[in-house]
Amino acid sequence: MDLILVNLIDGLVTGLLLFMLSAGLTLIFSMMGVLNFAHASFYMLGAYFAYQISIALGFWMGLLIAPLIVGVIGAGVERYGLRRVHQYGHVPELIFTFGLALLIEEMVQFIWGKNTMPYSVPEVLNFTAFSVGANSIPAYKIFMIFTSVAIFIGLLFVLNKTRVGMIIQAALSYPRTVEALGHNVPLIFMGVFGVGTALAGVAGVIAGPVLSTFPGMAFVLGSIVFVTIVIGGLGSLWGALVASLLIGWITTFAKSYNIQMSDILNGVGIATPENLSDSVLRDLWTVTSPQIADILPYILMVLILIFRPAGLFGKRES
Amino acid sequence: MNDELTTDPSKPSQRMRAGSLHLTLTPWVVAAFLLIVLPFVFTNNSAITIMNQMWITVIFALAYNMLLGQGGMLSFGHAVYAGVGGFACMHIMNMSDFFASFPLPVLPLFGGLFGMGLAMIVGSFSTRSAGTVFAMISLGVGELIAACSVIIVAFFGGEEGISGDRTYAMPFFGNEFLQPIDVYYLTSFWVLLSAALMYLWSRTPVGRMANAVRDNPERAEFLGYSSRWVRFYSFVASGFFAGVAGGLFGINYEILTEENLNTASSGVILLVTFLGGVGFFFGPIIGAIVFTLLQTVLSLQTELWAFYVGALFLATVMFFPGGLAGVLMMHVPAIKMGKAGGLVVPYIKTLLPALIGILGLSALVEMTFHYRHAATGDNEMTLFWTTFDSHAILPWVIAGVITAVGLGIARVTAPALKEAWSEANSAGGKL
Amino acid sequence: MKKFTKLGAVSALSLIIGASTAFAENIKIAFIDPLSGPFASTGTNGLHQFEFAADYMINDKGGVLGGTNFEIVAFDNKISPKESLIQLQVAIDQGIRYIAQGNSSGVANALTEAIKKHNKRNPDDRVLFLNYAAVDPALTNDKCNFWHFRFDANADIKMDALTDVIAADEGIKKVYVIGQDYSFGKAVSAAANKFLGEKRADIEIVGDELHPIGKVKDFTPYARKIVASGADAVVTGNWGADMLGLGKSVIENGFEGPIYTYYAAGSGITGAFGASGKDRIRLISQGDVNPINSDEARATYDAFRAKYPEGNIDQSRIFNVIGMLGEAITAAGTADDVIPVAKALEGMKYQSIWGGEVFMRPQDHQLIQDMHVGVHTDENIDFDYDNSGYGVYTESTVKMASMDSATTCKMKRP
Repeated sequence: MDLILVNLIDGLVTGLLLFMLSAGLTLIFSMMGVLNFAHASFYMLGAYFAYQISIALGFWMGLLIAPLIVGVIGAGVERYGLRRVHQYGHVPELIFTFGLALLIEEMVQFIWGKNTMPYSVPEVLNFTAFSVGANSIPAYKIFMIFTSVAIFIGLLFVLNKTRVGMIIQAALSYPRTVEALGHNVPLIFMGVFGVGTALAGVAGVIAGPVLSTFPGMAFVLGSIVFVTIVIGGLGSLWGALVASLLIGWITTFAKSYNIQMSDILNGVGIATPENLSDSVLRDLWTVTSPQIADILPYILMVLILIFRPAGLFGKRES
Repeated sequence: MNDELTTDPSKPSQRMRAGSLHLTLTPWVVAAFLLIVLPFVFTNNSAITIMNQMWITVIFALAYNMLLGQGGMLSFGHAVYAGVGGFACMHIMNMSDFFASFPLPVLPLFGGLFGMGLAMIVGSFSTRSAGTVFAMISLGVGELIAACSVIIVAFFGGEEGISGDRTYAMPFFGNEFLQPIDVYYLTSFWVLLSAALMYLWSRTPVGRMANAVRDNPERAEFLGYSSRWVRFYSFVASGFFAGVAGGLFGINYEILTEENLNTASSGVILLVTFLGGVGFFFGPIIGAIVFTLLQTVLSLQTELWAFYVGALFLATVMFFPGGLAGVLMMHVPAIKMGKAGGLVVPYIKTLLPALIGILGLSALVEMTFHYRHAATGDNEMTLFWTTFDSHAILPWVIAGVITAVGLGIARVTAPALKEAWSEANSAGGKL
Repeated sequence: MKKFTKLGAVSALSLIIGASTAFAENIKIAFIDPLSGPFASTGTNGLHQFEFAADYMINDKGGVLGGTNFEIVAFDNKISPKESLIQLQVAIDQGIRYIAQGNSSGVANALTEAIKKHNKRNPDDRVLFLNYAAVDPALTNDKCNFWHFRFDANADIKMDALTDVIAADEGIKKVYVIGQDYSFGKAVSAAANKFLGEKRADIEIVGDELHPIGKVKDFTPYARKIVASGADAVVTGNWGADMLGLGKSVIENGFEGPIYTYYAAGSGITGAFGASGKDRIRLISQGDVNPINSDEARATYDAFRAKYPEGNIDQSRIFNVIGMLGEAITAAGTADDVIPVAKALEGMKYQSIWGGEVFMRPQDHQLIQDMHVGVHTDENIDFDYDNSGYGVYTESTVKMASMDSATTCKMKRP
């Protein structure tokens, strides 16, 4: 029972972190149609900037300043790079972000070298908040939960209650009409891209100390953010939230319990073949849930795309 | 192949038009001649190994372009079809009795068949729609199969992969394929055959319908074609040729590992194809050659090769969305009008200084890198065949001046080039 | 147009390859390891140690064979087996006869197979494979061959020594084994089960699992399982980011016992663990620098530090590779024909610069050497890692570990 509670909390942390990345991406994707492959690279930049700032000014200034820098860089990329490529169509845009991701990783190695950076949790938060059984929950995790929830509420407020939010929502579905009404759509695009990358930066700042800050951190994150927004439904903030949490919990629980494929197959009435080591399907029988935990989201995505291409909360097929 | 001049890949409606069904023989004869002659020019084994790698990438990139350029389908997981084809070939290589009664040059065909089989299974559900849905399904399936490679050890051999020995095959007219040069001609034969088949495919009704479905699936449907099945056929054919590339990979390296399947390989082939230019049949060929050279040869010269490659991609996509092939084909109208000669001098005036400026810039980058990361006391570095002290001021000044002057001249002469360009591309006028 | 591009490209190719073959004379050692990408830091640090060792031990002392120097030629394999094979071919074409590689047993497997085939098919330019770090036991057992020499202790030898220490600790009743899901991780797990069963039948292995290599973002769920299992100690063969992630997560989430590791030092890992790992992380390795064994070793390390202030000698066996190769070439009287060199290496006894004698076992080409179990600490440290003040302090030593261990190697000699 203890373990279930602890896993719920861990899954929540993982999910919310993922949400901070996917929230920005889903807005960018649905508005501009860009599969931004460099999104995770902005997350990495956030962590490195915050590390650099935290040496001089401490963790909290890093949390404040680093996302701003990342956001400005993101907006610059949109203004001077993507906007130029936009006229050529979606595939060149995608290749552009691909190349950008490659370049950012190289730049980071150029500047900070290839080793892991000693970016660590601030002293104020370096204690155990509470324990469930023998499992301790670090205070930093509680801090992560609160930060991401605050960001979610903030985003929801801006999108639904402010004029800017209304225009963004309108531009999501009918960019041409919004432009015809006299709004500066390119400026909105740039703003959304900047804010989206800044959110990724925030995620990097707070994830850097726990998930280590190293040049491969963007690559490790990989394409899971795309999976999240596709499952959630493009352009839907709620969808991104639900999908993030779903993925967080699925992977956490799959890793925490050793469920064997043979148990499941026996459970549905298929007997384990004799001479298992000679069987062609031996690897299938010995699969355990932690082994496949990280590919479960991909299976989920493929199933969703086959049966409900608009995603869980999406309104339109992409 | 030089008969499609009007294609402008930046406009979707003009991407890679299907030309007439007749096949100009000249380029193929030239290509065959080159393939035969090249090993006599570059005799050492490493050059041959690198060329083998190039031709394999050429087949794979052409297969990929059947989807992207001709069919408008963006795939993020195409490496799995090449990989599975290759793994199947390795297993055949390891069936000693069967393999011993079997000439090696036929093996890639089996790779193709396995790649095609997998493509038929996956295509049955992934080709129902194009666009993002197709792209994301390909990503998901790609990740799944790549992850399976470490789980299903019986077929994929886990992390260390599956290895075999090509020389156990039945001797092919007395040849046991001991040396890279033997494999080179085997690979060359397949690259020529596959390229010709893929070119012919793009000229068949199915290939042309793929273009139509890419540009406007609705209209294609109204004409009575099922866009879904058209996509399916393209996908399966592409899977076949990807599998052939995988089989050739197996023959060349005698080992297949997880890296043949993973998403990084899938991403690379997308970049290669795009770098060469998706709008032209021969685009991916150029892309594969250039990329292999960059990856293998440039990385011998500098640790920062990935940095330059990334910069090259960004520059290509921002300034030449038609890829390298697009750049070449831009000149065809000028050549047809006999005005290309007027471009030579402005080109030299602008591009040569620009090239020197870029080299100067890269020298600055290398020097900064050396300054920051080299061992203390190790101040000497060698760049462009000159050895100097990276901590002294003079080399920095020289590199800086070269960069500034080079780029400066290029900037000054650029308007003249632009003028010459529009002059060369407008009909009539003086000459 | 196509023709033109092709011509341009290949002439560039021949130019570049030609340029690098122009100068010769030195005895060249090809260093084929990742110098870019996620594992670049390990590869770069290894390269620095190779270059330093070649200069310090051979070239500064007048070279071998009457004045011939060693030269390390770096090849970036991007940790990909395919790239490694291409670079191997390039290296062979440059006339290089000695190939050094270490990172990833997968790459080592590909290389040893390729070198075996190459030497069979091209008797005129055979090469030797100096494996300085890939520890999959199969390389000196089922997959052994005459051309492959391993200078690190294999996973079984390390585990044998490590379990001696675990077995001596009466407080340990439950052990959790976790590793990366590939040949090496599986070898570690198998060895842990075997040796713990032999040495302390009362120790219960409460968990034995593999996780995907290089793909786990957050190790928290694994840490929870470890805590929940009530384990007294954790044993892991993880390396790189997987080691750091697992270790940090396990410590953070309330595990109190020791963590026994293979690779939790250097390349930024020591620095990143810092105070949190103190007295918790234990490490099995062949080299010990704390306390330093001799003035000679101290002078060597000081010289290395002067050259690479941010570097670590975390793979001190590299010095054995260079030293032993030097002696073997001297004994053989030639560097071009690798068979006498290989024969001289076989059965060689060598006094390591870091202390202790090492022995290249002829049956399987596995180097037999002292193994040390050290602890991550900041006390009594002569030479720290990552300039962090923390280093590995040797707590116990197993002399000539696994000298008589069995091998399944059936070596075919030319």
